[in-house]
Amino acid sequence: MANIISDETIEYVGILAKLELSDEEKEKAKKDMGSMLDYIDKLNELDTTGVEPMSHVFPVQNVFREDVVVNGDDRENILKNAPEQKDGSFVVPKTVD
Amino acid sequence: MNLMSLTAVELGKKIKAKEVTVKEAVLAAFDQIEKVEDVYHSYVTLDKEQALKRAEEVQKLIDEGKLDSPLAGVPVAIKDNMCTEGMKTTCSSRILENFYPTYTAEAVLNLEKAGAVILGKTNMDEFAMGSTTETSAYGVTRNPWNENHVPGGSSGGSCSAVAAEECSYSLGSDTGGSIRQPSSFCGVTGIKPTYGTVSRYGLIAYGSSLDQIGPVAKDVTDCATILETIASYDPKDSTSVKREDYDFTSALVDDVKGMRIGIPKSYFGEGLDTEVRDAVLSAAKTLEEKGAIVEEFDLGLVDYAIPAYYVIASAEASSNLARFDGVKYGYRTPDYDGLHNMYKKTRSEGFGAEVKRRIMLGSFVLSSGYYDAYYLKALRTKALIKKEFDKAFEKYDVILGPAAPTTAPEIGKSLSDPIKMYLGDIYTISVNLAGLPGISLPCGRDSKGLPIGLQLIGDCFKEKNIIRAAYAFEQTRTYERCDVAKARD
Repeated sequence: MANIISDETIEYVGILAKLELSDEEKEKAKKDMGSMLDYIDKLNELDTTGVEPMSHVFPVQNVFREDVVVNGDDRENILKNAPEQKDGSFVVPKTVD
Repeated sequence: MNLMSLTAVELGKKIKAKEVTVKEAVLAAFDQIEKVEDVYHSYVTLDKEQALKRAEEVQKLIDEGKLDSPLAGVPVAIKDNMCTEGMKTTCSSRILENFYPTYTAEAVLNLEKAGAVILGKTNMDEFAMGSTTETSAYGVTRNPWNENHVPGGSSGGSCSAVAAEECSYSLGSDTGGSIRQPSSFCGVTGIKPTYGTVSRYGLIAYGSSLDQIGPVAKDVTDCATILETIASYDPKDSTSVKREDYDFTSALVDDVKGMRIGIPKSYFGEGLDTEVRDAVLSAAKTLEEKGAIVEEFDLGLVDYAIPAYYVIASAEASSNLARFDGVKYGYRTPDYDGLHNMYKKTRSEGFGAEVKRRIMLGSFVLSSGYYDAYYLKALRTKALIKKEFDKAFEKYDVILGPAAPTTAPEIGKSLSDPIKMYLGDIYTISVNLAGLPGISLPCGRDSKGLPIGLQLIGDCFKEKNIIRAAYAFEQTRTYERCDVAKARD
């Protein structure tokens, strides 16, 4: 395997991905990511010098519209989906003292 | 008569002619669902009460002459990644186990305006990440042709529900083959439209630059009719395209004389099952006999589509799935220590293994230091792949090949080797990268009796070419029903 994923990398990617992996999952993730990257490295066979990265197949322009509210106030139903709510707001763990 | 054996358009005609009531149609669907669902598990959520209530409303509108769509009153199943107001929408993930959308996806709304009656939501790979419907948090779906085999994925439930006649038609979504591959495995017909044709508003995003909603049904006529109903320009989806033409049913013509059909040699190489190859080549021969000009050609870069796809789709997924944080909707871990820990634990407990694998890969390829080498490289590859197709469509109206290299694998045989599973998408994935329309329809069965799918690919906005070719081919055979469906006759 050409791509060796270190513990530090998995730790760092876990932070970016906001995922907490168990030790067992970390080992598996190292192996999986390594073999996926080996496979993805196939792209290096292609000479893409001077090729523009294509994010969309059609020339997509920024789509503007007037900043007008068109949907109604659905606060009650929206909040019903929240794991925790209070006084018309989402409840989150305390973040500042 | 078994109403579930009819195509959606046939049933719609009977409803319009007052030979059948909407309620009878809905009850027939639930009768079959109740008979087979225990084994096949096509659905995650069913709502009989709501469907019957809706049937009454639709019947009234039909009786008053206010609904004249060919799909009015016809029962439909919706893949569980499309929001349905007031009806649970889980994406087959634990993290959305209790999510009730406050609005309905535009494509589904278009169906409702045409008088569709929703039966329930179909099972899928979690967040549409998978090719077997085995990554669902709510259990596997079984292939109606053989319960020991997978239905394919990610729209496995939508395709098995059509094959088992647990609905008259369904909607699926296709990011890398998720409509065409399970259609192939289940012996039904499915279309992935040109990117931007069907609004993605209300479709829970996986790879936004690749995702498209499309129809799954018994035949090409149904698929063209459904596509005509769900396609629309939608200002709420910034990638929605204002097409010149939303007419697909006029292409239902049994005539391929002079149509230029190209067969990519690279689609028939190593890894392709010989029975699949023979069935697909025999379909090509049939089209040739009907007057099409069929020839082989070299389509380049086929082997680069899958690695490019997994970089792009995983990158987009890692960004799209950042919204699942245990605050606004869905699951939240019961025990945590502060905000950050709550996010991490919620996501780790709420997502399954395949989803985590792709979020990790996506976060990595987008991270500082790797972005150019992986993400931009993949986007450059995508540009080259698109160019290859542009070249091909200068010479051909339709590209013909298999939908998948094999028929449906056995349950439990795919997930252990992700790369091998990903390779199963080799014929479908480049179509998404290039934004093209593609259709899969049955063209035979293998020696185990499992269906084989024929894929036809068209140039952007040229759905009519693939619909015409598919329709002409379909006229040469009869729709094969599985035993589970026939048992209700």
